[in-house]
Amino acid sequence: MSQPAADSSARPAVRSPRSLWWTKAGVSTLRTLGMILVTMLGLLFVTFIIGRVMPIDPVISVVGERASKEVYDAAFISMGLDKPLVVQFLVYLGDVMRGDFGQSLLNSRPVIEDIKRVFPATLELATLGTLVGVLVGVPLGVISAVKRDSWIDQITRVIALIGYSMPIFWLGLVGLLVFYGVLGWVGGPGRVGIFYVDVVPVVTGMILVDSALDGQWDVFRDALSHIVLPAGILGYYSLAYISRMTRSFMLEQLGSEYITTARVKGLSEWIVITRHAFGNIKVQLITVIALSYASLLEGSVLTEIIFAWPGIGSYITTALLSADMNAVLGGTVVIGLVFVCLNVFSDLLYAFFDPRARDKT
Amino acid sequence: MSSLRSWLNSESPESRAQARAAAIYHGWLEFRTNRLALLGLWILVLLVLIAIFAPWLSPHDPFEQNLSNRLLPLGAEGHLLGTDSLGRDILSRLIYGSRITLYIVSLVALIAPVLGLFIGTVAGYIGGWTDTVLMRFTDIFLAFPRLVLALAFVAALGAGIENAVLAIALTAWPPYARIARAETLSIRRSDYISAVKLQGAGALRIITRHIWPLCIASLVVRITLDMAGIILAAAGLGFLGLGARPPSPEWGAMIAEGRRFILDYWWVATIPGIAIFIVSLAFNLLGDGLRDLLDPKSGGSS
Repeated sequence: MSQPAADSSARPAVRSPRSLWWTKAGVSTLRTLGMILVTMLGLLFVTFIIGRVMPIDPVISVVGERASKEVYDAAFISMGLDKPLVVQFLVYLGDVMRGDFGQSLLNSRPVIEDIKRVFPATLELATLGTLVGVLVGVPLGVISAVKRDSWIDQITRVIALIGYSMPIFWLGLVGLLVFYGVLGWVGGPGRVGIFYVDVVPVVTGMILVDSALDGQWDVFRDALSHIVLPAGILGYYSLAYISRMTRSFMLEQLGSEYITTARVKGLSEWIVITRHAFGNIKVQLITVIALSYASLLEGSVLTEIIFAWPGIGSYITTALLSADMNAVLGGTVVIGLVFVCLNVFSDLLYAFFDPRARDKT
Repeated sequence: MSSLRSWLNSESPESRAQARAAAIYHGWLEFRTNRLALLGLWILVLLVLIAIFAPWLSPHDPFEQNLSNRLLPLGAEGHLLGTDSLGRDILSRLIYGSRITLYIVSLVALIAPVLGLFIGTVAGYIGGWTDTVLMRFTDIFLAFPRLVLALAFVAALGAGIENAVLAIALTAWPPYARIARAETLSIRRSDYISAVKLQGAGALRIITRHIWPLCIASLVVRITLDMAGIILAAAGLGFLGLGARPPSPEWGAMIAEGRRFILDYWWVATIPGIAIFIVSLAFNLLGDGLRDLLDPKSGGSS
């Protein structure tokens, strides 16, 4: 990295390819940051529309149908509905920027507090699910590309096809029925058994981490037995996607000429596959994993309900059923922001590491 | 039969209709070799038939309650798939539920692609600022979490099938816009478009009469592949109680209903799930087959 100063001053007129690389990378980073900003604005605009414009009358959802004229008018003004829409949107932006999503109509607490409390549970579940998806899906994809059309390739294909076609909440129910109800191998719904509720001090909010930090291994074991099934089911979905993508990336690499060259040079098949082919799909793979992580954060909504998992998905749905719009929109914005970030992050990675994508921009 | 075949296989078709029929026939011959895709097609044809003939096929009234016959097991007399918690025949409800599934799927399949087609072709054909703005707009929508956004839409609009359809369609159009734009960009500069332009056709005419028809093939493939996701999303909304309203035999709602008894009466929630699985599997198989047929270059599955 640290080139001698004399070297660069010797050829001042010609920019070295490396500095050009950095300029391009910088431009594409700026571009991507701009894209994140615009996308987030778009997301907030949509949630704004959903919350303020779409309901027949947002005031009634706050004060109730039988409110008197005075109460109604006071609420109308305090909600800022007498101002132009643009102003209302700017106010909304400012609120969201400060992390103010208003109060939950259900428990009168700030929505952001609730979200802070429930989000780690979702994060824990989605992270473990992605881990399962990556640890099983990537090797499966690589093997089925290398042994194309063999029985293992066919099985991977079937696994993925089933994953694409199965309703996730139904799979959760059946899993619960079989592994908890019939076989009794795993813990039931919830994060821990009833004896262990609230015994671990909250540090990160992720119960596996907290119980390990506190050294309470019996709680850890119990929590593990509860998270295995939902994480496994989420993992199955991400596995279906990741294995298919890994397979097609690998096939593309294995069909290219440099692989033939490597083989002709007499390299062992293992080195050709792991170093050459797999080495070149890493970037694409990280992109895919980021996307699948984002979709798991979202996909956990239905899974959380089945497993009574106290995460953001359960939070949004509970709020939905009691028409608590502030909570619904707050949850939507938070999931949306994380989703957008991961989405754009994967684009950024791609542009950063793949020279072909970089040259296009 | 053989005269029809020779008409279809004719080297020099005499009319436009004959050429088109021949193209479809040869496509079908190729499609027929893909067993799995064929299986998917047959399942869907069967589903349509079941939906059409629901009143004649179903052994009972799907709404008729009979509390003395509640939660009967599989194979009970007169109730092949048992009954639910209100004593309603599950088989009859499944059969009627196919109508709801098809209704949702066809509505979404009408709204989302048309919206996407319109935005994509306009962006691609006009180009410049229109293109930039429309495509940024599309990218923004593409980066949204679909299910959660659909949830929020339904929450604001109120539960119900139509609103669920609207919510799914509003979150499903961006991929179609991208595909339509890509197709438009590849044909915009072709000679036949210039010829039509020289004849004095306006942008509207060129887009609707000469660009849209060429986008259809790739859109159809995408729609078929998307159908599975749409069915799953609709079932998810139904499961949450945001789609079809309770007495209606929507499959997702049926699962939600049976969920309370899952440990003791497993079939009530399990059987509608199998129905959803089979239908979305059929769409996936058919979509894979169509993609291999119509779009051989992106054959990711083979």
